[in-house]
Amino acid sequence: MAVLVLAEHDSALLSPATRTTVTAAQELGSGSVHVLVAGKGATEVASAAARITGVEKVLHADAPAYEQGLAEPLTALILSLAENYDAILAPATTFGKNVMPRVAALLDVMQISDIVAVKAPDTFVRPIYAGNALATVQTKDKRKVITVRTTAFSPAEEGGSASVETVAPAADPAQSAFVGREVVKSERPELTAARIVVSGGRGLGSKENFVLMEKLADALGAAIGASRAAVDAGYAPNDFQVGQTGKIVAPDLYIAVGISGAIQHLAGMKDSKVIVAINKDEEAPIFQIADYGLVGDLFTELPKLCELLSNR
Amino acid sequence: MKVLVAVKRVVDYNVKVRVKADGSGVETTNVKFSMNPFDEIAVEEAVRLKEAGKAQEIVVVSIGPAQAQETLRAALAMGADRAILIQTDEAVEPLAVAKLIAAIAKREEIGLAILGKQAIDDDSNQTGQMLAALLGWPQGTFASKLALEEGRAVVTREIDGGLETVSLALPAVVTTDLRLNTPRYASLPNIMKAKKKPLETTFAVDLDVDIAPRLVTLKVEEPPKRKAGVKVADAATLVDKLKNEAKVI
Ligand SMILES: Cc1cc2nc3c(=O)[nH]c(=O)nc-3n(C[C@H](O)[C@H](O)[C@H](O)COP(=O)(O)OP(=O)(O)OC[C@H]3O[C@@H](n4cnc5c(N)ncnc54)[C@H](O)[C@@H]3O)c2cc1C
Ligand SMILES: Nc1ncnc2c1ncn2[C@@H]1O[C@H](COP(=O)(O)O)[C@@H](O)[C@H]1O
Repeated sequence: MAVLVLAEHDSALLSPATRTTVTAAQELGSGSVHVLVAGKGATEVASAAARITGVEKVLHADAPAYEQGLAEPLTALILSLAENYDAILAPATTFGKNVMPRVAALLDVMQISDIVAVKAPDTFVRPIYAGNALATVQTKDKRKVITVRTTAFSPAEEGGSASVETVAPAADPAQSAFVGREVVKSERPELTAARIVVSGGRGLGSKENFVLMEKLADALGAAIGASRAAVDAGYAPNDFQVGQTGKIVAPDLYIAVGISGAIQHLAGMKDSKVIVAINKDEEAPIFQIADYGLVGDLFTELPKLCELLSNR
Repeated sequence: MKVLVAVKRVVDYNVKVRVKADGSGVETTNVKFSMNPFDEIAVEEAVRLKEAGKAQEIVVVSIGPAQAQETLRAALAMGADRAILIQTDEAVEPLAVAKLIAAIAKREEIGLAILGKQAIDDDSNQTGQMLAALLGWPQGTFASKLALEEGRAVVTREIDGGLETVSLALPAVVTTDLRLNTPRYASLPNIMKAKKKPLETTFAVDLDVDIAPRLVTLKVEEPPKRKAGVKVADAATLVDKLKNEAKVI
């Protein structure tokens, strides 16, 4: 039997999260890995998927219904292919989390969400309680539906030459319609894939002050994240939120500025290699997990830091 | 239109959970429980729809032990009209929860179901999507805005790149994200009134739903601990350490 990976893309580019999901799929050891590219005019994406090492076949479904990645038509498509696979995987991104449980329910299987390790073809490790515990779970379902925490696996490399096969679109249930999307294009690296992330919290105090984080990010070539408090207060957009219910990041360097270190925030960043905290409260819990702590007022420390980094 | 809201009783978000020594799960005795925060947001949204005249009745449903009555009463105190407890002492997985809620949704002829995007104990983020699938309804997950207009729900969703808006034919399932609203505190008179609101107790067998688990938890363990590092005297020392010790810049 084979494993199917649902590709995430924006019609032009295949997301890095898809490559890490392919790695997890290979670890299942079930045989061949196929990638499903569903989209409209996403031929380039299908070719990119075919170049991933370890992918045996790319299934390409081309129809207007798949253009925006809506869950309802995608589910119908995946179900039409499901019987050929004993596992179906997607990244645990907002895209994968939206589609996969719908597929799982209609296959009558329990989805295994957000796996961080494959122990055996039917046994997986996943974090629960905001990462305060790791559960090892074994599934009794014949078919597996899995979402993959992308920071826990390395991306599969370039170098493959899979065949691309066209598959017929499934009937569109036409219950949902795409209205619009506000996506801010940024020159900075993508938050979940960046080597360095700098995150700002409530301590920044205002949206205007949050510009200090941009300066720091510029000096380091970093992506910018934020705590929930900073997002709720409107200092930063929603997709900057790092944490249990936001994005999970694990960069080489994570710098938390004016963030207290609530467990919900730590859940999203504590697997970073090196953690730096800048906070004026020396008792702030973030210091308990920081490799380097700088106790001080961020409004004096950040400008100093930016200057030192630019003169590097 | 009738709105269904699913509310789960979970370990309070302020509790630092501890893994049991025997690795069978996490410590839940003498621990504070509350309504899942995303479900408070779901109840609030339903109450606002009712206050705006877009919903007629709010039915709240919980699957859990007898103590989940408290969670349901809390939802009634916020403004829900009626509660249903599907009582069980077993842990019920999202797939089974979705089947139970689907059974209630059909029986009650629900027009809109609102769930939290994620329960903060199992962190599964799947029940709402499963419910939508089982009912054959469209879904608007991770909602930060909801508007009902002419038989459709227009949902703004928090996605990885920013925000996305979809329009769904009703009936539909919506799951809440943090910025959909700020839940109200129940007033004392409303807490008193809630005690008299109807709360029905039923069981999975009565709904003809098999809730046998599909997953076996082999063990639960603590994640590797991070040690606190050092405090640095100033920004210059920090840069030096990052460059020469950690070698990350
Ligand atoms: C259901 C749920 C889900 C959640 N999900 C998330 C999530 O995904 N991500 C997340 O981040 N949070 C999440 N939270 C919220 C979390 O519990 C905390 O409330 C939040 O992380 C706090 O953000 P903060 O550290 O920026 O703010 P605060 O806790 O207010 O901390 C601000 C810090 O800034 C410091 N400070 C203030 N001024 C200065 C200054 N001038 N110089 C230096 N330091 C200064 C203070 O000492 C303080 O430590 C969630 C909560 C719930 C209930
Ligand atoms: N036992 C339960 N009782 C009531 N609602 C539940 C239960 N489990 C899950 N839910 C609902 O499903 C949402 C998502 O849960 P989950 O898929 O477990 O992360 C929650 O926010 C609730 O709205």
